[in-house]
Amino acid sequence: MEILNSKQIASAIEKLANEIIKQNIDDIVVVGIQTKGVAVAKRLSRKIESIKKMEEQIPFGILDITLYRDDLQEAGADIPTIKDTNIPCDINNKNIILVDDVLYTGRTIRSALDVLKDFGRPKSIKLVVLVDRGYRELPIQPDFVGLVHHTKDRVCVDINDDTCDSDKVVIENK
Amino acid sequence: MSFNRKDLLGLEHLDKKEIQTIIDAAKPFKNMFTRSIKKAPALIGKTVVTLFCEPSTRTRTSFEIAAKRLSADVVSIAPKTSSFVKGESLVDTAKTLEAMKADIIIIRHTCAGAPELLAKNLNASIVNAGDGFHEHPTQGLLDLYTMYDKKKKIEGLKVLLVGDILHSRVARSNIWALTKFGAKVRVVGPPTLIPKRISELGVEVYYDLDEAIKDVDVVNILRIQMERQQGGFFPSIHEYNELYQVTEKRLAKAKPDVLIMHPGPMNRGIEIDSEVADSPASVINEQVTNGIAVRMAVLHLLALARNKQGRKHTC
Repeated sequence: MEILNSKQIASAIEKLANEIIKQNIDDIVVVGIQTKGVAVAKRLSRKIESIKKMEEQIPFGILDITLYRDDLQEAGADIPTIKDTNIPCDINNKNIILVDDVLYTGRTIRSALDVLKDFGRPKSIKLVVLVDRGYRELPIQPDFVGLVHHTKDRVCVDINDDTCDSDKVVIENK
Repeated sequence: MSFNRKDLLGLEHLDKKEIQTIIDAAKPFKNMFTRSIKKAPALIGKTVVTLFCEPSTRTRTSFEIAAKRLSADVVSIAPKTSSFVKGESLVDTAKTLEAMKADIIIIRHTCAGAPELLAKNLNASIVNAGDGFHEHPTQGLLDLYTMYDKKKKIEGLKVLLVGDILHSRVARSNIWALTKFGAKVRVVGPPTLIPKRISELGVEVYYDLDEAIKDVDVVNILRIQMERQQGGFFPSIHEYNELYQVTEKRLAKAKPDVLIMHPGPMNRGIEIDSEVADSPASVINEQVTNGIAVRMAVLHLLALARNKQGRKHTC
């Protein structure tokens, strides 16, 4: 079942960008969580830059949480691939906009906060997600949400970029 | 991703995909080294033991740093201060360590096959850190990683191994890995230091360094192992220098962008000219850095495979 089409994704990202701009946060660093969060974060950065007519790009980082997961001991079909983490600037005293595609149990975000802590002490971290599917297991809540859609089924996000042609969010029934 | 082994005993029995998995996994670890906190909690709560029954500084330190950067608890055993001197057998020592709940045991031993013996007798994961003249798999992997990093491909690369091939486990692990990836491997050294049937491993044998070095992409220089030269394998160090020392002049015959590698510790002025060791073509220090990343990848993959196995047993 499709919950967001290409047009709706674009307007959700525009809404998120405007909400972030409204808060007047300075010294922003946008950080996307591997892999789909990176694509959402890129789109969001471009949107903020174009709305604010910025000449320079917002500092952008990517972050992989594999080594920080708390479930490596438990069932999981395959060995997770460790992907790159690349935070290109000093994050001390910066305001981090942490971006993921889907928020579910909150465990990915907990791990991501652990990774960021190893890079320094940001002034603040705000969480942005495209879809909040509910059913949290940890006390973690987003600051900016594109769409709230509570479901226990898998939510698949395709964001159009150089690695992906399609642009949609669908729910895969178990 | 395909890595489902309990142990890392050598590169001979790994397939190309498994080796590629380790090499690919090493890169994110290397990127971690530029952070202020070079540490991740991936092996938290795991116990890693280094059991080195042969002198070593760099390999043991490298493994220890690798394990510590993954947040494992690390214990080092040196034979001189352990129960070996009281006559305990290797397997018994290792079983004692396992009874203390060691998850991974990293062993270096003068006898080829010692790691395999432990692997068969223990549930702990065993990593071979060099056994006799047999294999030194993590050195082979870090050499491969370094070549891959610099040249972006291994297939078709001309790689020359220079020196004491006979006593070199590094050479054997290099040969197994490189030939699987389609590199053209040459070996050169005095006939007394080249094993008779080495060409059966798919390498070209040379005895003349000036001939062998022509057009190569990588020169991997092996250490002349002074501690093993009691057998009179060559008449004198001076003669070895004349014939087999890698010098600037000889390197001029290799490809212009040739890489100089050495597993260390170097004997400057014996197998390698000091100028060559410090030249821009030398990646010797980078090998050391890459070694930690590769060993982190190995420890991480083994730990993941252990978790998977553990699940199978309990289900």
